[in-house]
Amino acid sequence: MRSFSLIIGLLLSFLTVTYGQDQHGDQHSNSASHAEEASAGQEGHGACGCLHDEEAFPEYNPTASAFQHIGDANAFHVAGDFYIPLPCILYAPDHGWTLMMANKFEAHHHGNGSKAIDRYVLVHGEVKRIADTAFPKGEVEIECISHVMESVKGKEVEMPVAVYGGTCYALENRSTLDGGVFGGGITSFYDFSITKNVFTMLLVLIFFFLVFRSVAKTYQARRGQAPKGLQGFMEPIVLFIQDEVAKPFIGARYDKYLPFLLSIFFFILGLNLIGQIPFFPGSGNVTGNLGVTMVLALFVFVVVNINGNKNYWKHIFWMPGVPAPIKLILTPVEVLGLFIKPFTLMLRLFANITAGHIVVLSFVGLIFIFGKSGASMGGSLGGAAASIPLTMFIMAIELLVAFIQAFVFTLLTASYIGAAIEEDHH
Amino acid sequence: MMSNLIFLAEFTVIRPDPGTVFWTTIIFALFWFLMSRFAFKPIANALKERELDIQNSLDSAKQAREEMANLQAKNEELLALAQEERAKILHEAKLAKDTIIAEAKDKAKEEAHRVVINAKEEIENMRMAAVVDLKNQVGNIAVDIAEKILQRELKNKGEHEQYVKELVDEMKLN
Repeated sequence: MRSFSLIIGLLLSFLTVTYGQDQHGDQHSNSASHAEEASAGQEGHGACGCLHDEEAFPEYNPTASAFQHIGDANAFHVAGDFYIPLPCILYAPDHGWTLMMANKFEAHHHGNGSKAIDRYVLVHGEVKRIADTAFPKGEVEIECISHVMESVKGKEVEMPVAVYGGTCYALENRSTLDGGVFGGGITSFYDFSITKNVFTMLLVLIFFFLVFRSVAKTYQARRGQAPKGLQGFMEPIVLFIQDEVAKPFIGARYDKYLPFLLSIFFFILGLNLIGQIPFFPGSGNVTGNLGVTMVLALFVFVVVNINGNKNYWKHIFWMPGVPAPIKLILTPVEVLGLFIKPFTLMLRLFANITAGHIVVLSFVGLIFIFGKSGASMGGSLGGAAASIPLTMFIMAIELLVAFIQAFVFTLLTASYIGAAIEEDHH
Repeated sequence: MMSNLIFLAEFTVIRPDPGTVFWTTIIFALFWFLMSRFAFKPIANALKERELDIQNSLDSAKQAREEMANLQAKNEELLALAQEERAKILHEAKLAKDTIIAEAKDKAKEEAHRVVINAKEEIENMRMAAVVDLKNQVGNIAVDIAEKILQRELKNKGEHEQYVKELVDEMKLN
């Protein structure tokens, strides 16, 4: 209990300090953007400017808003223009490592930084890099983050740019491992930062470690006594995973895999639940991020196949009890199944959580659509009246989904392990 | 202006980025290790221990109940045996009593008989002694009488007879 209040105290003092810095940065950038307003009037090729003040309310874009809210970020948005800065660990093969706190970007409105550091800038709380190698290195004051129209695949789209010296500099996203399939790919830099998602995972790690350490200590202290308090709250969940998931699917050797199953279950459940909280320390969409579910599925893949016995491999490569021609068909199917199983684990969790968040954000977006992006008060109120019950309903379903998906992931993991260690019954 | 414009909405969550993959691997591995080592294994052990404890308690309770039932059965058996024993002892005691009484009676009868015989013998002896004594006395008396008669005869015959008569009366055999 004391360590818990210590953490809260540290967090609060941390917040106060960073908020002060944030405010300072805000003032700074305000004066900068005012000074550049004159250049914004210029139009033409190469010339670039920042938005006018009256354009501070851009038209509400529900898709962009939803996608931005479920995305990862390098600064944790708390309220208004207040962001908790997180450590940025950036690597560019042409430059090397750049280590700093995100507040060095001096982010202000909408989480856009007013400084470029080693060509890195902060756009909506997310680190991007100025593609142009001619851009000066080190700490550079930029005019603003703006958007330019660009033609991508025949469509006019708005691309974020950094404005510096009257020129718009195109921005690059961090490298991703989708190989360009989902619009990402390898770019000029990698982001190994403690992002919002990583921060959330660390919070869940610390939270569950403290909770279960205390529960484990209670078990030692209250040996031979009935469970009590936190122990009594957690025990049915642990017993449920043990008796309804591990024992029926794995069998007699369940206790070897129980810690893994419990880890999977509580890690996913914790992240699902913290993602349902719409404000700090929640709002991190961790299990709705394909990278995270991919790693979890890979852990399952490795644990299942490392423990696979002779019988398991025999069933994959040369299914006993079926004629040889059928074996030739079955083997590729079984080998494919080896990868499809973790693949579906990855997709199921990702899709469920992301879909839930998008539906909630869409319903919340009704307020802004009916309110004409803040222009119509009556419309906003009407939108809110429609949105609130719908959002509450979806959030209730999301709460259910949070438990169901954690349970399903664990259950399927247990069944895959069970199949891998099953002895020959023929 | 906005109608034909699409804001580049990037669905970034579907792009696994190396940083997320790296940190998720580290954090989940750490979570797995820490939770197993410090929480789940001790908890699972404690649960197993408690389960075993409860099973043992139930088993021993069952055993105690069985023992109790056994004990009761044994007790009843013992009680039955004791009752039988008591009945036997009582029966034997009665028999002994009867024998003793019968023996005592016999002995008493015998004793009485003996006493009677003794008494008879004594009486017979005393009678005999009395008879002997009487004989002796009668002899003596006869002698005395004879002597006296003889002495008197010499003086008076009538008187003699009178006298004898008196003497005989006097002698009145008892």
